[in-house]
Amino acid sequence: MRLAAIALVAMVSLTVACSGGERREAASAPTTGAVIRITGSDTMVNLVQAWAENYKKKRPDVSVQVAGGGSGVGIAGLIDGILDLAASSREMEPAEIERATQKHGGVKPKEYAVALDALSVYLHKDNPIAAMALADLAEIYGDKGTIDKWSQLGATVPGCASGTIVRVGRQNSSGTYVYFREAVLGRQREYKLGSIDQSGSKDVVALVGRTPCAIGYSGMAYATPDVKALELAKQKGQPPVAPSNQTALDKSYPLARALYLYSPAEPKPHVKEFLDWVLSPDGQKIVTDIGFVSVQGRT
Amino acid sequence: MRQRVARGVSRWSEPIIEWTIRLCGWSAIFFVFSILFFVFREAAPALTSGLSLKEFFTSQNWRPDSTIRPQFGIVALLAGTTSVTLLAMAIAVPGGLGAAIFVSEYCAPKTREALKIVIEFLAAIPSVVWGFVGAMVLNPLIIEATGAPIGINILNGGIILALMSVPIIMSVGEDAFRAVPDTYREAAVALGASRWQIVYKVLLPAAKNGLLAAVLLGVGRAVGETMAVLMATGHAVQVPHSLLDPVRTLTATIAAELGETVEGGLHYRVLFVIGSLLMLMTLAVNLAADVIVKGIRGRQDA
Repeated sequence: MRLAAIALVAMVSLTVACSGGERREAASAPTTGAVIRITGSDTMVNLVQAWAENYKKKRPDVSVQVAGGGSGVGIAGLIDGILDLAASSREMEPAEIERATQKHGGVKPKEYAVALDALSVYLHKDNPIAAMALADLAEIYGDKGTIDKWSQLGATVPGCASGTIVRVGRQNSSGTYVYFREAVLGRQREYKLGSIDQSGSKDVVALVGRTPCAIGYSGMAYATPDVKALELAKQKGQPPVAPSNQTALDKSYPLARALYLYSPAEPKPHVKEFLDWVLSPDGQKIVTDIGFVSVQGRT
Repeated sequence: MRQRVARGVSRWSEPIIEWTIRLCGWSAIFFVFSILFFVFREAAPALTSGLSLKEFFTSQNWRPDSTIRPQFGIVALLAGTTSVTLLAMAIAVPGGLGAAIFVSEYCAPKTREALKIVIEFLAAIPSVVWGFVGAMVLNPLIIEATGAPIGINILNGGIILALMSVPIIMSVGEDAFRAVPDTYREAAVALGASRWQIVYKVLLPAAKNGLLAAVLLGVGRAVGETMAVLMATGHAVQVPHSLLDPVRTLTATIAAELGETVEGGLHYRVLFVIGSLLMLMTLAVNLAADVIVKGIRGRQDA
């Protein structure tokens, strides 16, 4: 009997462990009409959710179901063929495109850049540092990096007695995690292990806001009064640039990036209609409302 | 007439009920084995498709989807699970058994009922809520109290897991104490033993098996817990050097990463290898417990 009870506990916890990967389903109830399933980037989940809600007013017969989980989750779903659109805060890797192409009868997935983001590096609001070069960031986050104390950057942070830099990052399913590595560390360098990996964009900013020693990266739309966004310089000695609409558009901010929706092969008509609406002035106004940058001003 | 119908119904319902109950009993075994089979089947191809077991068990580098070179070393994750579990048990075993002793031997019947209800209510709190408490409440408290750079770490996870295990240890432990016949207590009192002497010299040895089961259920809960440790331990891949270092556990790794893996890929398989390892660990704990309990029983019988 006892053994059965123990086995049951083990079983239940394992089931929990396995189902923990399920994303938060923020789905609207399926209606009689067509369904568009979108999963992926956690950076974009608020944005896509806002699109879904507003699209319902325009086309009440189409139900848009949104889930997060990370760009990797979206792209995996795209390859497995269970999604209409994958939201991703990074470009698909060549290997992923190849696998998706094979899965969908030799047709490549289609890429739509639907918004722009200035990926921001956040510090606790009491941290005196205001600007940093990408090289310093690389020494903080990179494998075998040499900077692990705030004093090495010439700062004493109030409320951070130990002076240790607490690196807050994203889980490896995150497109932001992949983008940040490639943009800051380069393609050949790994992250230093031991960063605090959060599952959501908002969690990163919330944790940095509560932790004086911390540094973290997240989308520009997630800024709060408890944190401040660093100005970044591409190289040491160059003037640092703050993340903003303007600097994301003209790409003077070093971590300016596009946010994507991917469709496996050619989108179905009702999905294509949704994408057209997303890229229209109506859809792009929601982008600015959420805090990202519209693709319309892009040259 | 009515009697005959009733007899007819009972003639049919009796075996049906009996079989239903029998099925319930056997289904536990069926489920355990089918889950074992499923997990092992998903894991097995990893061993032939490029997972180096040497790296798996000796490397601290967990970089499962690196585009440069994927690395699957679980030393840091094992260290995370072990450290958090040990700390949780160090807090929860004395705490839970102490509570069990107090509730069953020292307090008045009314207080006992109230205490039991409240402590067992702790067990009903969902683990995500515990995770919240760890991340939101304990985090700043630990930073303030210890001066640690970050408050989501082994200490935080250990305290949260201990709080989650205490109700189980307490209620199973209390049952074990209650199961000791009152004649033992009466005999001890007749010999002039104080209350504490009764607990220490009579009840603890007599309830040993039940208490061991209580502790092991607590360990099982701590090893298998996922959501709360995911949120409270910091989820950082590193071998900890102090109680104030953030760590990542095996279960949290599966929970966080399974969704992104492509079904059938190496990363997916390796997560199932970790799942198998977790099952083997709990199985080993249970078997060890059974052997110990049987050993104790054997000696008592002799």
